[in-house]
Amino acid sequence: MKVKVCIGSSCHLKGSRNVVESLQNLIKDNNLKDSVDLSGVFCMGRCKENGVSVSVDDKLFSVVPDDVEDFFENEIKAKL
Amino acid sequence: MSKTRKFDTKVQHLKYKVLREVARHAWDGTLQDNLYEIPKTIVPGKEATMRCCVYKERAILEERIKIAMGGDKSNPNVIEVIDIACDECPVGGYEVTEACRGCLAHRCEDVCKRGAISFDEHQKAHIDKTKCVECGQCAKVCPYTAIANHKRPCINACKVKAIGMNEDFTAKIDNEKCISCGACVYQCPFGAITDKSFILDAIDFIKNSDCNRNYKVYAIVAPSISSQFTYAKLGQVITGIKELGFFTVVETALGADIVAYYESKELIEKGLLTSSCCPAFVTYIEQQFPDLKKYVSHNLSPMAALGKYIKETDPDAKVVFIGPCTAKKMEFQKPGVKPYIDCVLTFEELQALFDSKDIDITTLPEDVLDNASYFGRIFARSGGLSDAVAQGLKEHGSDFELKAVACDGIEACRVALLKLSKNLPVGNFIEGMACVGGCIGGAGCLTHGEKNKSEVDKYGEEAHEKTISDAIRVLNLKSDK
Repeated sequence: MKVKVCIGSSCHLKGSRNVVESLQNLIKDNNLKDSVDLSGVFCMGRCKENGVSVSVDDKLFSVVPDDVEDFFENEIKAKL
Repeated sequence: MSKTRKFDTKVQHLKYKVLREVARHAWDGTLQDNLYEIPKTIVPGKEATMRCCVYKERAILEERIKIAMGGDKSNPNVIEVIDIACDECPVGGYEVTEACRGCLAHRCEDVCKRGAISFDEHQKAHIDKTKCVECGQCAKVCPYTAIANHKRPCINACKVKAIGMNEDFTAKIDNEKCISCGACVYQCPFGAITDKSFILDAIDFIKNSDCNRNYKVYAIVAPSISSQFTYAKLGQVITGIKELGFFTVVETALGADIVAYYESKELIEKGLLTSSCCPAFVTYIEQQFPDLKKYVSHNLSPMAALGKYIKETDPDAKVVFIGPCTAKKMEFQKPGVKPYIDCVLTFEELQALFDSKDIDITTLPEDVLDNASYFGRIFARSGGLSDAVAQGLKEHGSDFELKAVACDGIEACRVALLKLSKNLPVGNFIEGMACVGGCIGGAGCLTHGEKNKSEVDKYGEEAHEKTISDAIRVLNLKSDK
């Protein structure tokens, strides 16, 4: 599974570093390093969204830092 | 004309007008048809305002157009002389002028260690050029400032002594000595030395991307941008760059954070380093101090480091660096950098691009630019890199005792490198910046104002990330696995 987090300026200011760190920890804690390929990308063209743009394979999401855990459970862990 | 406020000099303004017109026609695909019309657009006539006649003015403009279109492909140097624009300034060195009053004191004679000064029957001084070593002491002591130094501004500007003369007295650049810093470009009062432009490549990348559908065109902007475009807000500049057709804008300062992180690590391992950020400084070492090449940091420059990261995340990306630097135009063509950077533009050229599309950035909404930390951002000014390396050492938890020497300008670099080559004490980290003030003193800057340094520091303090590690954490996704 490919997970991409937007690290462009707009998402950076909305907390993409926190989203990245949380996802890294969750992936590690759940021993999913081999099945989840996490990477960064500069701008997904959705700067107006409230949250940080994240794509799971080709599906786009907007994730606020506080909701990362729910997002991980529902959209990453559950879909594997 | 209100637009002149954007530049320090009228030479820059003229260069800008040529770039703007070339770009305007390039967007429309009408450049070839209008090559001979552009000089007439800029110099409509009939009165000459710059040279002896409008025909010479237009002939020089034709040469400027060639350089705006990439210049002489057979000349590897990105800095070029426009022979017909060179005014062949006097090169006599120190000479006694009419202001000499034939005084009694003869301070000039007393101070001259070479005995080069003599007096005629009116007690007026003369300099024997076979004895004079151009030290300038006589000029300093003359109470009437009657001794003038006739030195070409280009030669004076070129501290690496790369500028000489052709047989016809026009300026000539020795490519073996030139470091492409652009000091002569900025200093020549006739605009006879200029940097080749890759503005057409940038326009082609944007046009052929089909609105970033075929591939994405990234603009990476140098941190010195914070001291430029003073008539607008930085956020408006970012919006303007996107309006030109770039997919997105990323701070090169993030590349600087990467460099600071790894360069400080390298310093701990090797114990002695010279910086690798400034391409003119690195070229200077390669040319003049080849024995010191072993000390040059193996890190890429911030520009190349960021370009590399972008291409790793998006292999089809085109990366265009926009900065204050003419030497970057040389650096991006080096084999080790070419894979990561596709084009280099200056702030002068960015201004020309805005106006070629009639984009008035002062009317645009503000976008955001935030990827780097304070430390990556202050790379733009002298001393910033040293501060960042000190911070890098701290973040690595190292007790390495940093003795940084921030060399402000190529003359200061030379002094430090001479000491290093003679094994004299010169610290353990040499920060080399070819331009005085650092990148904010670059030849491709629109303005070189007093306040530029404080603008860079202010911009640094506004960064969302406060440490280098935090800024680059988002980049290390793969290696953390």
